[in-house]
Amino acid sequence: MIGLIAGITTVLGDVLTADAMYESAMRFAIVLAFAAVGEWVAEKAGTLNISIEAMMIGGAYTAAVTWGAVDVVPIALLAGVLAGVVVALAQAHLSHQLTIDQFVVGLTLNLFVLGLALFLDSKWEAVTSVVKPTEVPLLNDIPLVGQALFGQPWPMYLIALVVPIAWWLVFRTRWGLEVRSVGDNPQSADVSGIHVNRRRREAIMVAGACAGLGGGVLVLGQISIAGYESGHVGLKGIIAIAAVIFGGWTLRGTLMGCLLFGYFFALQQTLPSLGHRINAQLSASLPYLVALVVTAVFATRTRQPRALAQPFVRGLT
Amino acid sequence: MTTPEPVDAGVGTTTPAGHRTAKLVGLYLVAVAIALSASAGLIAITGGPWRKVFTALIDGSVRNPGRWGDTLAEAAPLLIVALGAIIATRAGLVNIGQEGQLAVGAAAAAYVATNGSGPLVLVGALLAGIAGGAVWAGIAALFKYWRKVPEVISTLLLVFIASQGTGYLLTRTFLLLDDDPNKPNRVQTSAQVDAATRVGKIHMFGNEFPWTVPAALALAIVVTVMLSRSIWGFRLTVLGRNARTAQRIGVPVVIAGASALAMSGAFAGLAGVSMLAAGSANYRYTPGFANNVGWEGLLVALVARNRPLACIPVALVFAMLRTGSGFLAATGVERSIVDVVRSLLVLALLVPPAVSAIQRRRAVPPPAPVSTDEPIVTVAR
Repeated sequence: MIGLIAGITTVLGDVLTADAMYESAMRFAIVLAFAAVGEWVAEKAGTLNISIEAMMIGGAYTAAVTWGAVDVVPIALLAGVLAGVVVALAQAHLSHQLTIDQFVVGLTLNLFVLGLALFLDSKWEAVTSVVKPTEVPLLNDIPLVGQALFGQPWPMYLIALVVPIAWWLVFRTRWGLEVRSVGDNPQSADVSGIHVNRRRREAIMVAGACAGLGGGVLVLGQISIAGYESGHVGLKGIIAIAAVIFGGWTLRGTLMGCLLFGYFFALQQTLPSLGHRINAQLSASLPYLVALVVTAVFATRTRQPRALAQPFVRGLT
Repeated sequence: MTTPEPVDAGVGTTTPAGHRTAKLVGLYLVAVAIALSASAGLIAITGGPWRKVFTALIDGSVRNPGRWGDTLAEAAPLLIVALGAIIATRAGLVNIGQEGQLAVGAAAAAYVATNGSGPLVLVGALLAGIAGGAVWAGIAALFKYWRKVPEVISTLLLVFIASQGTGYLLTRTFLLLDDDPNKPNRVQTSAQVDAATRVGKIHMFGNEFPWTVPAALALAIVVTVMLSRSIWGFRLTVLGRNARTAQRIGVPVVIAGASALAMSGAFAGLAGVSMLAAGSANYRYTPGFANNVGWEGLLVALVARNRPLACIPVALVFAMLRTGSGFLAATGVERSIVDVVRSLLVLALLVPPAVSAIQRRRAVPPPAPVSTDEPIVTVAR
């Protein structure tokens, strides 16, 4: 027992003092954050959008293929955004115009995009090389967090734009006010002249753009990834949803959730290189286990948008 | 409120019901045509022979000797999973973790089945599989009713955890790993299920298929009857339509909901056992044993719009795609095209009923408020 505790303490000590750990965790957290911010906007409007996974996959594959074709990172990222928006268009119109159950649409889209990317990848294999880290001089020499915060590939820093824009959109524009109202009380919003399903569709588009960008950053910015592979996204979209739940539908909390889950993804990648042996299956499922436990702890505590996951059809109460 | 509901949505509209059905069938045909031509287009764009792909799919699923028996064998677990999915949906719950529940059920069954031999062990394996699936879905039910975690999220996360967890079972000989040094390949698998513990085969017209096929059909009928004719089925339906009403009329909401979720997991587990005992993966539990059957079974239920009997033809079509995909190698097109064709079909088939529902909603004028001069309940003065 004492040996076990001592073992855990040394592992923890190594993990907490390794620069690589912070760097890797930050990378995973940022990728998750793109998707999570998008999902947060969609959930604010009342959609529990599980096709965020499909949007990430679409973004990742398209960005990788575009990079292989034109070799320009911004264009590749833009292509990723576009792919995310295309998936979002499908989700939005099927679930908030034809009023098909949003989970049914989301699940089908997830399987569709996963299969499509797998099939296309067998024809046009997407090979990428990693964008070189941009190192901010001096600041990246800060011990522990220097590399994590100031030594990332440049697409990672786009998160510093996306988060404030999303915040401003939701809390400081008329559109955002309407989005929040259709997420909380669609009937009242409808009566006051807001087009409920249109706002919800638009919020899903925002989610698609963010998640597509996240997918692009995932394939272009991650070390040790060369091209698109089927398992890369591997339910990271669902983890992003868990991050929104963890954050209690606040933007700040959502980002904290991304950091938390990013940390556990990083554990899986970094522990072996630190010389610790950990059961492969356990470390692979750790982020998902943590996500499950964390949502169980936090799901009740916080106020979710009241009409979350409820379809709106005029005349139904 | 005493406002009477319109008895039949068709009454008072300009379109008669028959006309509408014809329109719906037409929409379905158009949707399927679009899905299939989109798939053909995709194959053509990537430089594949799309005509050959479709003939290969037909050859591999029914036309070649012995193939339709295989197709039937593939359809059985899909149908069982779909039936389970329907039970959860009927109660208003979205269980989308069948892939994981199936894997856990199959692993639990494999543990029992590889530690003995004989028909009794088969029964034990069956129970273990059902229990395994039920427990895995039960975790999601527990989190839902105890901590209000959306079951959509928890069941999905549990899929990933199940695949890793059952993978771990295959790394230890005291759990599932085969300790036979002469096993055929190096992949980590469980020991083979003994010949006496397997499900028998039916031979018919040069095809063979396991007894799980008629069993699954019988199960479909049982589920249909239970959902439409029993108190249990009525309770689930009320719960699914309106949880508050269910509570008012005395349905134990938590127990009914949790047991529906667990039962849908149990069906997925049962599908896992049926695959194991009927010879999927050569009577062994292997990594990736579930092989998308859980996902596809769920899609079967979606396409069948949650009607158990409608699941039978849909499961057959999906099984045809599975067995047909084995013949694609000769055409030089990747097997994964089948995933695309399948999900395109599903997407296409979701649209017509939705369009039809919207048209119906728009066609019916809102019922005029019933004008009653006298209040219906007279209050004593």
